[in-house]
Amino acid sequence: MIQGIPIQHFLIVSTIMFFIGICGFIIRRNLITILMAVELILNSVNINFVIFNRYLYPDQLQGHFFAIFVVGIAAAEASVAIALIINIYRKLKNIDVENVNELRY
Amino acid sequence: MSFNVIMFYLFSAVILVFSLMSITTRRILRAAVYLLFVLMATAGLYFLLQYQFMAAVQLTLYAGGIVVLIIFSILLTHHISHLFKHPDTVKLIMGVSVAVIGSGITIATILTYPFQNSTVTEIPATMENIGNQLLGTGKNGYVLPFELISILLLAAMVAAIIVAKKEKNKNSEI
Repeated sequence: MIQGIPIQHFLIVSTIMFFIGICGFIIRRNLITILMAVELILNSVNINFVIFNRYLYPDQLQGHFFAIFVVGIAAAEASVAIALIINIYRKLKNIDVENVNELRY
Repeated sequence: MSFNVIMFYLFSAVILVFSLMSITTRRILRAAVYLLFVLMATAGLYFLLQYQFMAAVQLTLYAGGIVVLIIFSILLTHHISHLFKHPDTVKLIMGVSVAVIGSGITIATILTYPFQNSTVTEIPATMENIGNQLLGTGKNGYVLPFELISILLLAAMVAAIIVAKKEKNKNSEI
């Protein structure tokens, strides 16, 4: 652990970052900015994994490995989501969430 | 106040300010660049904790890979000078209230929970330990999630190619 920094400070930073991501997920309309908000959420969860590993269970590397797996899943998710967004843009010439309602009925 | 502590508060300030700016700016390319700053400051936090491999993965995969992918897709789908409209008032109130209430409850819970700092001997996150555990099958071995991730990445790659592939125009074949 780092001398002089309690675990609560790290957790508060990652909590605020998580809820900024949630807020952005709700207020944005563009699909790419929604994807960026999801990346913020995943990143804050990663910080939590690493911090719990470092401060509470430093004799194992569980949080470290799960943070690496989360990064891998985030990369896969971003690639598939961007492929979908580009395909939607080709069909609709627009990627606002209000306009993507072709499958609704 | 030691150097580590100053660097921690600097990185935290960068993370909070730029993540807030990333979801409030009206230009989409700027939002992507602010996201890049947030991810790099997170890599700085991992360096502070002496998880060098995790920080390197964060820099190469997130800051190098995903942000470049996002910027490319922005350049393919937007005009650079495009400004977003302001969000609806209802959505803005709902989003901000969810964020404030949720973070308030979570921070109150964090501050009241008695965390016990561990006293066991640390194992350093060297490349040797990471490699042995990531491909180990015994105690503290992570080979099963490793293989699952590899299958997931293969499936995601095939899916991304098939979804983004342009459909052939059947009339023009003749």
